[in-house]
Amino acid sequence: MSNATITKNETGGAPAGTSSLRQARLPRWVPPVLVVVSAAAGAGIGTAAGLGNTLQWGLIAAALFILGTYGLAAAVEGGRQAKDRLATSLVWVCFVLAVVPLVSLIWETVDRGRTVLDGYFLGHSMEGVQTILPGGGAYHAIIGTLEQVGIATLIAAPIGLLTAIYLVEYGRGRLAKAVTFFVDVMTGIPSIVAGLFILSFWIIILGFSYSGFAGAMALAILMMPVVVRSTEEMLKLVPNELREASLALGVPKWRTILKVVLPTAVGGITTGVMLAVARVAGESAPIVLLVFGAAGINNNPFDGAQSSLPYYIYEQWQLGNEASFDRAWAAALVLIAFVMILNLVARGIARWKAPKTGR
Amino acid sequence: MAKRIDVSGLTAYYGNHKAIEDISMTVEPRSVTAFIGPSGCGKSTFLRTLNRMHEVTPGGRVEGKVMLDDENLYGSGVDPVSVRRTVGMVFQRPNPFPTMSIFENVAAGLKLNGSYKKSELESVVERSLKGANLWNEVKDRLNKPGAGLSGGQQQRLCIARAIAVEPDVLLMDEPCSALDPISTLAIEDLIGELKERFTIVIVTHNMQQAARVSDRTAFFNLAGVGQPGKLIEIDETERIFSNPSVQATEDYISGRFG
Repeated sequence: MSNATITKNETGGAPAGTSSLRQARLPRWVPPVLVVVSAAAGAGIGTAAGLGNTLQWGLIAAALFILGTYGLAAAVEGGRQAKDRLATSLVWVCFVLAVVPLVSLIWETVDRGRTVLDGYFLGHSMEGVQTILPGGGAYHAIIGTLEQVGIATLIAAPIGLLTAIYLVEYGRGRLAKAVTFFVDVMTGIPSIVAGLFILSFWIIILGFSYSGFAGAMALAILMMPVVVRSTEEMLKLVPNELREASLALGVPKWRTILKVVLPTAVGGITTGVMLAVARVAGESAPIVLLVFGAAGINNNPFDGAQSSLPYYIYEQWQLGNEASFDRAWAAALVLIAFVMILNLVARGIARWKAPKTGR
Repeated sequence: MAKRIDVSGLTAYYGNHKAIEDISMTVEPRSVTAFIGPSGCGKSTFLRTLNRMHEVTPGGRVEGKVMLDDENLYGSGVDPVSVRRTVGMVFQRPNPFPTMSIFENVAAGLKLNGSYKKSELESVVERSLKGANLWNEVKDRLNKPGAGLSGGQQQRLCIARAIAVEPDVLLMDEPCSALDPISTLAIEDLIGELKERFTIVIVTHNMQQAARVSDRTAFFNLAGVGQPGKLIEIDETERIFSNPSVQATEDYISGRFG
């Protein structure tokens, strides 16, 4: 292999023929030109073969790009560089493959959702609206999502945070291992199971009725492991030296955790909590079971049926007419925007609270 | 203020591993005592037993007595937190709190232990920074993050933080090993000034440094890998470096060993 490379370099006509350190390189414009060429070739082959699906064109172009880069690099630069370029182009193609569905999902949602998304949609419920006609809105669903997710966060964030503090700062031996194990198991609980658990426990055994609060408890079960896991990772990142520095000043352990460890990690912890919120904001299964769904506005999460955005989307889709499809898309857009805003807020807090170097 | 430390029969473990065995020595008040010896001989471990930081390490445990004047640090009912307020510590790598400003870093020991008046904090911070020879360099940017200082300045900031709580003893675990010669000189000068007020114990790998700053020097060694470290001898620094009573010390100092 190495022999082949050396011969190739010698016959490849490197500019400084005598130097063993210089090799022929492809010019910098080659990869972008290759992208254009293979895209054009993909489209050409696709049309010629009568493939209707543009996705197939793209895959042909991607394959051509990878093979083309490898072949060109092998001919000009030699085997090792060709492998390097092969890996690089594979990474790029996979990146594009990953981004395409995301972008197309957002594009589709924005495109279809904006038709009925306006102040009226955000400010009105479905009370008394004939579902087959345009009109109505998602106000009740937005209120429901905000309240249910808010209550779930109030339950899950402190419990998750304290569990993580226990695991990282205090937990030793069997109990800590057991807790870690159960947190791992909880991460995998399907949302419908969390919903069924609260249904049997809260509604059937204890006899409470459907309410936003019941849904929030199921969401809290889903949030907790995510919060524990992310907080745990963040606390582990806090250097031990800082804990020792604080302890050596004669600061008690609990104050060290509260005033030194948590402030150092607060950015990451906030991000983790926000991601957990984003994860449960889209849950519909526990809502169907526990909150029941309502067409009107119910501001009280502790009594009676409420709606929520994912439930509303499902409900409108089921109705199966043009007007309700539009409302479902608009609600989907609201939900995505809600999650996106939460993420931006989390990033903002993380950046604002990040340890500063002042340089 | 400064107190005498009297250690007798001290053995420290990490889990089942015996790190140091049966160490007895006296550290004189208002003086600098240097610990030297090869890596892994337990100098740092021993230093950490002097303010009960050893037991912070999981599995860390100590047998024996450490008398601070007439109080046993390992006596029953002794709170490690109050021990650490009396015996301060400076670590090998500068470790200012990254979320705090220079001012808050120095004030941390007081602020984290209860509420203090702002004026009181200001005077303590100024006094401590002057004590650490850092005041002139940072007085115009007390509200800037402590992590923005150079390595040598950060280490002096950590010393200021340690002396702000007015301990009786100051332990230093290789405080200059991450610093350049000029910062090292600044800290060595500082040690010379601080010994007027504190009992200072310093671990160092640099024998010239031990010779320069310390009044007494203790040499630690270990019989082999996995064996516990032991105190070989402790004496006036001058004697240790000119005419030690144990052959191993002379071999180590003259570079014929380890």
